[in-house]
Amino acid sequence: MQTTLDRAEVTQPSDREVQVKRSFKAPQTLVYRAYTEPTLVQRWLLGPPGWSMPVCEMDVRVGGRYRWRWRNNENGAEFGFSGTFREVQPPSRLVHTEAYDPGTVGDDFPKNDAIVTVTFAAGGDRTTVTTLVDFGSKQARDAAVATGMTDGMEESYQLLDRLLAEQPRA
Amino acid sequence: MKHNASTRLDATFLALADPTRRAILARLATGEASVTELAEPFSISQPAISKHLKVLERAGLISVGQDAQRRPRRLEGTPLAEATAWLEQHRAAWEANFQRLDGLLEEMQRASPAARRGRQQTARQKRR
Repeated sequence: MQTTLDRAEVTQPSDREVQVKRSFKAPQTLVYRAYTEPTLVQRWLLGPPGWSMPVCEMDVRVGGRYRWRWRNNENGAEFGFSGTFREVQPPSRLVHTEAYDPGTVGDDFPKNDAIVTVTFAAGGDRTTVTTLVDFGSKQARDAAVATGMTDGMEESYQLLDRLLAEQPRA
Repeated sequence: MKHNASTRLDATFLALADPTRRAILARLATGEASVTELAEPFSISQPAISKHLKVLERAGLISVGQDAQRRPRRLEGTPLAEATAWLEQHRAAWEANFQRLDGLLEEMQRASPAARRGRQQTARQKRR
């Protein structure tokens, strides 16, 4: 029996990886669709408050490309991710490369591609999604970490404040 | 600035990646201790412990106390708090997306009733 996680759990399984795990109260096929159909992805994969996702192109098959781009609604700043699908096994597994496109935001992020493995595990009335990002090296992961730490700090703290206000602690 | 933050976190996560070093930190969380005292519960040599302590010290996770004779090690909280803050910040960013996804999935389940697609009934509909 799989443990369910109603709040996202972020861990570092090794010094070059970051893993995010979360359970959803929905069947596996539906969660898989929400991750692979562009019009659905665009509705939730938005990042910090004040950002929208004007570009979401996904050709979900082995060798197919995807391109995601986010825009800051206030100052028009943009950044994105793009890559190629390496494994596509509906409704349980996706593997894709992930290259950072600094757009107008800055280019401190690692230049080499990360490998992202997303698994969808059914259990009871829930589906647990595990996202493992392998940055390829410790340096690349740390660069990603440092970017996140400085650039998104204030936004994230505001977000955190809001989340904490919304959710009574379990 | 970013590189400092990165290097510091790097050292912290490296230090935390080893079970013996985590055990040493757990021990120091209960109070300062000398190298001899720290080596006691482990089946490894004192030089091996000293090596672990050096890694922890470089990461700023521990420091050496005033007593020149005992040279007690003690826990330093800041780098640990930074590492935790980073994880928490990422968690919060992902969580915001996931809460939107929760809402979307609920809506999808409402919008695709069993009658229309022959799909198996969802737990949500059964409860109604």
